[in-house]
Amino acid sequence: MSEHHPALAHHFEDLDQQFEAAGLGMWAFLVQEILFFGGLFAAYLVYRMSYPEAFIQGSHYLDITLGGVNTAILICSSLTMALAVFYGQQGNRRQLILFLFLTIVLGAAFLGIKAVEYTHKYHEHLIPGPMFHPEEAHPPQMQIFFALYFAMTGMHALHMVIGIGILVFLIYQARQGRYSVEYNSPIEIFGLYWHFVDIVWIFLFPLLYLIGRH
Amino acid sequence: MATAVFRPFEHQIADPDEVPKKHYLNAGFSAKSWLLTVDHKRIAILYLITVTLFFLIGGLFAVFVRLELMTPAADLMQSETYNKMFTMHGIMMVFFFLIPAIPAILGNFLVPLMIGARDLAFPRINLLSWYIYMIGGVFTFAAVLFGGVDTGWTFYTPYSSTYSNTNVILAAVGIFITGFSSILTGLNFIVTIHKMRAPGMTWFRMPLFIWAHYATSLIQVLGTPVVAITIVLVGLERLFHIGIFDPAVGGDPLLFQHLFWFYSHPAVYIMVLPAMGVMSELITCFSRKKIFGYEFVAFSSLAIAVISFLVWGHHMFTTGQSIYAGMVFSFLSFLVAIPSAIKVFNWTATLYKGSVSYQAPMLYAIGFIGLFTVGGLTGMFLSTLAVDVHVHDTYFIVAHFHYIMVGGTIMAYLGGLHFWWPKITGRLYPEGWSRFAALVVFVGFNLTFFPQFVLGYLGMPRRYHVYPEEFQVLNVLSSAGATILGVGYLIPLIYFIWSLKSGPRASANPWSATGLEWQTTSPPPTHNFDKTPVVTGDAYDYAKFARENAKAEEATLV
Amino acid sequence: MDKGFQLLPEQATRLAVEVDLLYYFLVGLSLFFSLLIFFLIYVFAVRYRRRSEDEAPMQIPGLLKLELAWTVIPFILVVIVFWWGASLYFKAYSAPPKDAMEIYVVGKQWMWYVQHPSGQREINQLHVPVGQAVKLTMATEDVIHSFYIPAFRIKKDVVPGRYTHLWFEATKTGVYHLFCAEYCGTKHSEMIGSVVVMEPAEFEKWLSGSESGETLASAGEKKFNQLGCGTCHARVPGARGPALVGLFGSSVKLADGRTVVADEAYLRESILNPGAKLVAGYNPLMPTFQGQINEAGLLQIMAYLKTLK
Repeated sequence: MSEHHPALAHHFEDLDQQFEAAGLGMWAFLVQEILFFGGLFAAYLVYRMSYPEAFIQGSHYLDITLGGVNTAILICSSLTMALAVFYGQQGNRRQLILFLFLTIVLGAAFLGIKAVEYTHKYHEHLIPGPMFHPEEAHPPQMQIFFALYFAMTGMHALHMVIGIGILVFLIYQARQGRYSVEYNSPIEIFGLYWHFVDIVWIFLFPLLYLIGRH
Repeated sequence: MATAVFRPFEHQIADPDEVPKKHYLNAGFSAKSWLLTVDHKRIAILYLITVTLFFLIGGLFAVFVRLELMTPAADLMQSETYNKMFTMHGIMMVFFFLIPAIPAILGNFLVPLMIGARDLAFPRINLLSWYIYMIGGVFTFAAVLFGGVDTGWTFYTPYSSTYSNTNVILAAVGIFITGFSSILTGLNFIVTIHKMRAPGMTWFRMPLFIWAHYATSLIQVLGTPVVAITIVLVGLERLFHIGIFDPAVGGDPLLFQHLFWFYSHPAVYIMVLPAMGVMSELITCFSRKKIFGYEFVAFSSLAIAVISFLVWGHHMFTTGQSIYAGMVFSFLSFLVAIPSAIKVFNWTATLYKGSVSYQAPMLYAIGFIGLFTVGGLTGMFLSTLAVDVHVHDTYFIVAHFHYIMVGGTIMAYLGGLHFWWPKITGRLYPEGWSRFAALVVFVGFNLTFFPQFVLGYLGMPRRYHVYPEEFQVLNVLSSAGATILGVGYLIPLIYFIWSLKSGPRASANPWSATGLEWQTTSPPPTHNFDKTPVVTGDAYDYAKFARENAKAEEATLV
Repeated sequence: MDKGFQLLPEQATRLAVEVDLLYYFLVGLSLFFSLLIFFLIYVFAVRYRRRSEDEAPMQIPGLLKLELAWTVIPFILVVIVFWWGASLYFKAYSAPPKDAMEIYVVGKQWMWYVQHPSGQREINQLHVPVGQAVKLTMATEDVIHSFYIPAFRIKKDVVPGRYTHLWFEATKTGVYHLFCAEYCGTKHSEMIGSVVVMEPAEFEKWLSGSESGETLASAGEKKFNQLGCGTCHARVPGARGPALVGLFGSSVKLADGRTVVADEAYLRESILNPGAKLVAGYNPLMPTFQGQINEAGLLQIMAYLKTLK
């Protein structure tokens, strides 16, 4: 161990061990995330079973076009992220930064569309709470659908915001030349996180937007 | 041929030259060297100080609760105040003392040492955990300062989400934040145990302390996020009335209980599994024996962790859940008793034909077995459907979980602290006082909580500020016991602080124990080991330990 | 209720006797195992105490037979206890006997409000006859409470938004504690009262002392008319709302094809949230009565609906 790679922390034997540890750490973190969202999914399951009609009616208020576009955007962002990881491994700094940047753009587009959707809901008086007054007649339990809609998509959006923050940091690091063929694990490990956030959406989209439509 | 010997009991360091010159404690003295440290040992010290502080605060609330309950009427405080007292006692003790106590202090210090690693896998995340813990603590403490919370530590809806007019949000935010400290600690342990073991440290050579912490970490990572999101929902309901627990729009207050106990029952095992890990270390060392049935003790930890996720419904037998659901949860709750019983039997069997000595840590360990046995067996009463319905939400429950958490966790925590104190600080504490304190704690504990079993079966509900007169005798007994218990906790506090300056220097291995942590100096150097240790044998191999000592002795004679 | 120091609560139902029997069994089992452990530790601790500092005891890695023994034996024991406890619970918490007397209880921060079918009402007291099965239908106006009578060994939470039930048959006259067992706020510990178990004759006498002279059902009928329920639920063919005569306990075909039993939970939901389970052949015209009627009033209407045969 005469030559230390500058990125090797003192308590690891080598970069491999360090990378494996970081990878396992991220997987454990994602398991934790699954259970975090799991609480919301459990609540969704319970109430959807109890009030199927109210959930279907609530679902009809959601904009399936915007939701569909957002799904496509996120899937594309997963692709750009995967490419960023690939170029990171190749040590191609220019392409790495480009695809990290594209991922940010797609993530921001998703959040922008989400904001538009939220605004619509606000104008339609679909914010759960005392302001919940949809114009059409509705079962009272529809409010629970929207409570879950906002809790789940809000929590998902929060994860996107954090992800974009980290992407900015990764670009900064990449511009400093911190990543190379030998050392690029932060990008790969962040990629896991980004894909996870995408997958959560892949579940949210049908559960919230597509119920009752065949 | 060398005969098996142990070195004479070298508590103290014989030769002043052997005192390590550089170690983790004198690696830096500035505030920055502590507050920005990434050394797991220093972070453990940070936890030790802050967790003790929260223990004292939580204890203070208990003092007021027990004082008030000396008489049936309300004479010390209003009901509002009393309700805040027991709530804050519960919140402080559960979230800020019991959950972090053993993992974050002893675990943090020992996990890398015991597996021969230089640090935890993510030292900076480890420091972050402490800061998160502190931020959560500040929020919760703010909730106390601004007037307290009165929901009980369980935050049952709709009382917490709609009816209480106390600082629920502040306390909830505090607990939410602290939860992530626990998650990150667990995550760090899991990765460390998987990836950082020294050469030769196979899974089945690991000390059982590590197995127990591994199981604990699984629960922390799998359970805590669920209660975190549940608390978010309570906060949203309280702030915006989103209706998720509000029956008027179809919400179900019981959903909260399901989600809450899905975490909070396993959380009980976050508190007691590490204690069991400590026990396996103490029992083996002070009887100089290999643990009886290593694999059974190790796997029982994992079994407990797994089954603990399947028993939450036993907190809800009286809520009107279906009879059949009740039966399933009852049965599963009985199952979780089996691995606990296996551990108790194995510890007991370990003493058989041992060489048993009675330093303070061992006294705590024996105390643990006694109290945990009672706590575990009374747990069986609570799994039994017809009996649980009667004692649910009475003092029987209060007594039961204090037997597990105070009689179990705190006994093991104190035992562990006495055991590793020489390693952590390099100092010894007064032997006589420490044994005396262990006895005081044991006596005080039983006097405090045994009467509560009787009270509970008589039907005295928990969280009662005023109570019918016939319950007074037992309550006075309990309060008297609490006084003794309080003294028992203060004695170690005093002599531990005393020992920091004036205690004799401890040798590297004052108890002649086998673990890797004893092979480095007391206190250990910053990087734990001067040379990465190589493990060649099982844990607790006291026979080999004796042979090697004998060889070393022979060598010095030659 | 004036009692001195005691170790066991009174037994005022058969269930109490049976639960105590199981309790004794558990205490015995616990004593056996804890004494066994204490005894072994004591013996080992004394016999194998360290006599000299360089003792090196013989090492015993474990013994599979023993491990199996102390896995299997406790398992068998817990299965027995589980079975015992579960069967007792099953008996005590399944449906009450058909002839059970119905009493309605509403929990409210911080009191218990009890309504008897004959119209007698009481607060923080429950009068019942001895030797007669009594079924409680319970609701709460606010938070979760829990109805607990230690002398009967029964307890049931009262949960917002639904009815819970509890039944018992007192076997001994006397006055017993009634507690709220689920923490419900500031005066939780004052949400207590007493259960008075009386000889049937005395109970009849007590019942006839009703000040209003109005039965629960007739109070319910009054509410029914006040709220104008009868305008739609008229007893004529072609009325806007379904007929209510003979409804309680019958099966109802819903608009979405399902069939449900018209029990208390269904009636309650249909009053507070009429759209949830629409009866087949009717339009969703009924407004919600959420906020216009409290739990006590709902229970009165329930009592009234049950009389429509």
